[in-house]
Amino acid sequence: MKCGVVVFPGSNCDHDCYHILKHIMGWDTRWVWHKDTELAGLDLLVLPGGFSYGDYLRAGSIACFSPIMKAVADFAGRGGLVLGICNGFQVLTESGLLPGALMRNRSRSFICKFVDVRVETGGTPFTAACDPGEVLSIPIAHADGNYFADEDTLKRLQDNDQIVLKYCDASGNVTEDANPNGSRLNIAGIVNEKRNVMGLMPHPERAADPALPGADGRRLFDSLLALA
Amino acid sequence: MRAKIHVTLKNGVLDPQGKAVHHALNDLGFAEVRDVSVGKYLELELDGASGQEAEHRVREMCERLLANPVIESYRFELEP
Repeated sequence: MKCGVVVFPGSNCDHDCYHILKHIMGWDTRWVWHKDTELAGLDLLVLPGGFSYGDYLRAGSIACFSPIMKAVADFAGRGGLVLGICNGFQVLTESGLLPGALMRNRSRSFICKFVDVRVETGGTPFTAACDPGEVLSIPIAHADGNYFADEDTLKRLQDNDQIVLKYCDASGNVTEDANPNGSRLNIAGIVNEKRNVMGLMPHPERAADPALPGADGRRLFDSLLALA
Repeated sequence: MRAKIHVTLKNGVLDPQGKAVHHALNDLGFAEVRDVSVGKYLELELDGASGQEAEHRVREMCERLLANPVIESYRFELEP
């Protein structure tokens, strides 16, 4: 598996992602600067968390006009795997590679804590090793993670099995109390129709190193391992 | 030419900041406040184009960058 980690000005989870991909998973991993325009030879591209361009205007809104994003769209169009985490998810929605938008949390607060998410589908390269209904404990750290889409879009996401992760309680019940940020349908992560582009607010790279407490994020990387 | 642009959340989209400001105003005794929406205000100084061309260009700026049409609506005025 050949991986790239995109670095925007203001990315701050790029090194965590790089560490997990390269040192924990053992994959050939390189940095991709936001002014690069070439992604040849890569299988997986990660858009990491952070505050690209200071979250000015809207989170992710400026980053999606970085030179690299044209290459990302082409890469995704060719079937390359793209994983957008937190700010990376915001960049993917702003650029139209994923539907919907990520708004200010219902509480208006920055939330940083472990949450439980339920795997809604194993039918993606990112969750192929997970059982549907499996509950993963993975941290979130965001102020703008409140997933919004109109009713038609939500229906399409449901009909096409594109909702990958939902916020839930420890037993896997998707409840309003378990929804940390006000996301529609408790959505924590989705894929595109072709199922090769995934965005999620939780940070699997922060729960994938055995040296740290919590390793459930590893389940997503292990799913990709099957393709390596 | 100057463009004055207002960007606000669409009707029906939850506006947590607006809600907070609404509650605060009510708490201060401004009971007549029925709803609050918080948005962004941008001023652009423009060279060249005027009239319809400028309006067309500013609309494109709003659609492509300044507003997110999934959640936001915008309106603007042009001043000479």
